[in-house]
Amino acid sequence: MATAAAHRAGTLTHGAADTTGDTDTQQRAFDAAVAADERIEPRDWMPEGYRATLVRQIAQHAHSEIIGMQPEANWITRAPSLRRKAILMAKVQDEAGHGLYLYSAAETLGVSREELLDKLHSGRQKYSSIFNYPTLTWADVGAIGWLVDGAAITNQVPLCRCSYGPYARAMVRICKEESFHQRQGYELLMTLSHGTPEQHAMAQDAVDRWWWPSLMMFGPPDDASQHSAQSMAWKIKRHSNDELRQRFVDICVPQAESLGLTLPDPHLRWNEERGHYDFGPIDWDEFWQVIKGNGPCNEQRLNQRRRAHEEGAWVREAAAAYAAKHGTHPEGGPTDDPTAAVGGSTEGEQA
Amino acid sequence: MTATVPTTAALALGDDALVLSHRLAEWTGHAPVLEEEVALVNIALDLLGQARFLLSMAGDEDELAYLREERAFTNLQLVEQPNGDFAHTIARQLYFSAYQHLLYGQLADGDGPFAPLAIKAVHEVAYHRDHAEQWTLRLGDGTDVSHERMQRACEALWRFTGEMFQPVEGLDVDWAALEATWLDTVGDVLRRATLTLPEGPRRGAWSAGAGRQGLHTEPFGRMLAEMQHLHRSHPGASW
Ligand SMILES: [Fe+2]
Ligand SMILES: [Fe+2]
Repeated sequence: MATAAAHRAGTLTHGAADTTGDTDTQQRAFDAAVAADERIEPRDWMPEGYRATLVRQIAQHAHSEIIGMQPEANWITRAPSLRRKAILMAKVQDEAGHGLYLYSAAETLGVSREELLDKLHSGRQKYSSIFNYPTLTWADVGAIGWLVDGAAITNQVPLCRCSYGPYARAMVRICKEESFHQRQGYELLMTLSHGTPEQHAMAQDAVDRWWWPSLMMFGPPDDASQHSAQSMAWKIKRHSNDELRQRFVDICVPQAESLGLTLPDPHLRWNEERGHYDFGPIDWDEFWQVIKGNGPCNEQRLNQRRRAHEEGAWVREAAAAYAAKHGTHPEGGPTDDPTAAVGGSTEGEQA
Repeated sequence: MTATVPTTAALALGDDALVLSHRLAEWTGHAPVLEEEVALVNIALDLLGQARFLLSMAGDEDELAYLREERAFTNLQLVEQPNGDFAHTIARQLYFSAYQHLLYGQLADGDGPFAPLAIKAVHEVAYHRDHAEQWTLRLGDGTDVSHERMQRACEALWRFTGEMFQPVEGLDVDWAALEATWLDTVGDVLRRATLTLPEGPRRGAWSAGAGRQGLHTEPFGRMLAEMQHLHRSHPGASW
């Protein structure tokens, strides 16, 4: 918060570790900055709870990006055309890039990527439960793009205005790419829906399986959400879970119609009075079961992640040893900028 | 482009790129560090772009990729070798990208039908080569474990390097010069990485250039089965 409020209070200090300042004054400056919709920056003072909430949320978001690569990577080697293969590879690469931006954003709060990965691998931090469902057919790639990336966008667009600067800026970049993914998924389903009867059935089956888990991506209903109220006061979160879920349903219903596919909910209908679509009850028991680890793929996803990390340990050690010998950055790659490679050569098809 | 498309060469180079791209994409979700998730698939995407361009010179890209049998593919055996550990993947990258960089460099300087592709691709391949070289240095000159793994990988893939220099019909290239430069280049990188240039034969038990004649190694058939099965399960469908 290189902000007027902070300067007025004269408390531009170095974060929560700094205990020399007057906490009341610092708290007032922070509150004023949040109230004025100013951005909190890494070097600003912030309440410990705010920092902890952000670390938890950004970490969970970063973990979701990298675990989320798995269900889609499952189809890269079987993609049915070279064009689709390129689109899918570029998409999964984007998700890895999102993971990189988000771990960097978390680092600005004083936690290393290594530390966060340890917490993911030991089950102390979560990732989005949606990725604990399997991708059983090619159409799942389309359903994930349309519904899962679609739900992610609905969740994340408001985060572009999040009070914490580095997170908000990462989200701006990420949301642009997520909207590509959503359109590509939609277009994939459109092609299948209007293809052979088998392809149409494949698309419908995928939407049937992914619809309800997508609605669960917005989290528990507002009356059961433990962190929501404080996060909204801090302007980390801007809308409630149920508001965002409703927004998503309202967007999807007409899109499903254009796709020529049905959403698996007999209660879906337009409510003139509310100006929204009504929808049926969500199976929250399933939601909590999957969160607890009893989803179809929890173990598989985490095991693959752990195995990749363990099997890569000797590579990371080699890079560190080489860097120590030669005074270079261990994993920076040839250009010293890990994201410099992002972009590839498939213009127009970047996901 | 000249009146006759040099189909043999387009297929040979296109298959190399297609198959190596596929192998690299298999790393997705398994890479040792997040930066490599990005880098490996980035290289795979470059190669897939090249493959699509080259296969399209010879016919329909999807028909060629998905409907040919194993014996009709003319890629080098080197690029179809399974990923192995990260050292094997890097050794394969080093050998192939050094070759491809030199080859595309020559094609880019000429005025043949492959010049337009080569002019663009040579920049991509320069990055691939740099990536492989940096990792060869890190692994070779990193820890004892990584040194040993990298040396073993270089030895294991050495016997697939000879066929890269078999002349390909339709390519106007000085193959002997290419091979000599390649040996110098790779030798220099290995030396700087404190690795030893392998001494074994550079030809497999097959006659030289086997991959280019459609003779492949066993893992390749399984790779194709996975790659082609969905496309083949829905004859005539579009995706
Ligand atoms: Fe993402
Ligand atoms: Fe995405």
